[in-house]
Amino acid sequence: MMKDKSIRIVRFIGFGFLEPLIRLLSKEEPKKNTVSFLKKAVFPLVSILLFISLWHSGASYLYSIEADRRIEKAMNDGGETAASEMKKCIESGSITCQPNTLPSPKQVYTAAMALLQDHKIISQKKDEFYVKVAGTNKQRAAQGLNEITYTGRPSFLDQIGTSLKTVFAGFLLSIIIAVPVGIIMGLSSTLRTAMNWLIQIFRPVSPVVWLLLVFMIVKTLIQDPDMDKSFVISFISVGFCAMWATLVNTSMGVSTVDKDFINVAKVLRLNIGQNIFKVILPASFPLIFTGLRITLSVAWMVLIAIELLAQSPGLGSFVWEEFQNGANDSNAKIIVAMFVIGAIGFMLDRIMITLQKFASFNKAEIA
Amino acid sequence: MAFLELKNVCKSYINKGITTQVLTDINLGIEEGEFVAIVGFTGSGKTTLINLINGLLEPDSGEVLLKGKPVDGPGPDRGVIFQNYSILPWLTVYQNIKLAVDEVLPDLSKKERDAHIRRYIEMVNLTHATDKRPAELSGGMRQRVSVARALAMSPQVLLMDEPLSALDALTRGTLQKEIINIWSKDQKTALLITNDVDEGIIMADRIIPLKPGPNATLGPEFSVNIPRPRNITEINKNSTYKKLRNEVLEYLIEVGSTRVQNDGVEYLLPDLKPVMPGRIWPGKRKKSEKVKYF
Repeated sequence: MMKDKSIRIVRFIGFGFLEPLIRLLSKEEPKKNTVSFLKKAVFPLVSILLFISLWHSGASYLYSIEADRRIEKAMNDGGETAASEMKKCIESGSITCQPNTLPSPKQVYTAAMALLQDHKIISQKKDEFYVKVAGTNKQRAAQGLNEITYTGRPSFLDQIGTSLKTVFAGFLLSIIIAVPVGIIMGLSSTLRTAMNWLIQIFRPVSPVVWLLLVFMIVKTLIQDPDMDKSFVISFISVGFCAMWATLVNTSMGVSTVDKDFINVAKVLRLNIGQNIFKVILPASFPLIFTGLRITLSVAWMVLIAIELLAQSPGLGSFVWEEFQNGANDSNAKIIVAMFVIGAIGFMLDRIMITLQKFASFNKAEIA
Repeated sequence: MAFLELKNVCKSYINKGITTQVLTDINLGIEEGEFVAIVGFTGSGKTTLINLINGLLEPDSGEVLLKGKPVDGPGPDRGVIFQNYSILPWLTVYQNIKLAVDEVLPDLSKKERDAHIRRYIEMVNLTHATDKRPAELSGGMRQRVSVARALAMSPQVLLMDEPLSALDALTRGTLQKEIINIWSKDQKTALLITNDVDEGIIMADRIIPLKPGPNATLGPEFSVNIPRPRNITEINKNSTYKKLRNEVLEYLIEVGSTRVQNDGVEYLLPDLKPVMPGRIWPGKRKKSEKVKYF
């Protein structure tokens, strides 16, 4: 069935709100499905439009305040003529005298398009560069030297890619540390009480402090100047900031496995490895996965702050550079980055939910 | 010497500093191939007793002997059918049984093991559900998986802890028959714990009531002299059955009532006076306000 298949796909990718529309298109219970389509798809859309219009009016209000202030300042500094000149200048939309405030939705859209255009230009340049140095690179490879790489300014999309790379490296690091440690702690109540202070103290530590701590250690350990230190520092700090949720959830999941399952393992005399992999891990899987979900979202959240401080390329440093830049469309670009950060965070969470659905034995349990 | 033997077994729990003696001086001997049922009230220590035999608990004093050797921890030689099924929800029916078979019969080849697993799945009539997960099965089917798992381990003793108590009467009847069928095929020693006297009579060779705890101990045994196969519909008309059933029930009710008498707990009733209709506020009562009850 075409319909059932598409509904399943839509549900799987987390676009469940399209389900009534599909049913409606195949003329199934038109009344009920129209209502639920309105509920699930149209109302969110209305709320989005409402949000944009609110934003728009807010932005134009702030704009007028800022414009008035400029005109007043011109009046105080240079008198009547300067004020009217300033007014004209602002009305003409010239870049030199635009009020610097919360950008309107339209400006943000323009900035987003500009960033895409910028990406196209930069990747074209990059391609041209690699075509140009292809011959040289071959020679260098033959001589055993490193290839020449493009060192120009990265585009916005490149920054997103770098950020994702960092967050996944950090996420992987926290899985590698937190899951095994969590299992061991879950199995032994002695160890749990012994390590509790450590978790309680380090969990609330701010990402900034983690970054400084990691910086102190990595700076000493890595002396190779060619290595990308800022990337290493930022992904390790992201991992350390974010791993606590997984650690706590894993140890809790393992320590609260249903006693019936433990009894089965005992009666079957499973050895410790089989006990962990065949009984304890699957039984605590839902809790572990919830921990991983929290970890990934925390990782993405702290990543921006950490990149900003570590001067590691990525969305965080993009935001910071734009803020320092103070160009005419900088504010709009920052807002674009904000939306992109939010959307990617949402997407990562959806991916985790989908993975959880895919791997979990109790499919009804996950919302 | 009996096949499975319990000698003066005592067990107590300590909770918040208060020691509760659950089982006192349990003496029980089960011969090889015998089917024994222990009947008792809920909370009389039945599950504790079965956990002592399967090794999940250790007795405070006394011994649990299997073929003359003391029981040391849980092991696959004593197959357990748990009260709440205890099948692993992330594994399919096949995988659940495979987990047990892989553990108990590691010497078999892959093919032999597969055949072994499938034979037991077929035995409990679950062939159509081989690759289903427990969430997709009904309660009766889940308990059948549990039965198949316990039997596939080829245990020396089959321990059943109220295996059918969570099922409806119809499913119960069919599963009782199935368990008896399977048991009669290879005559394994079996111990059934139940709160249903009828179930005990239909399935077992001997019925032993468990006096209710605390300080639970085994009562006098009743042997069931009804020829097998016992048919549920026919057995209802059987006079031996009726007599036996009444005897066991009378005994249980008697010990149950002494439990209530010996409780020694006095229930203090609150000192309340009935609220009468009429005025609420204090003051001089007028004649017209006089309460009329009828």
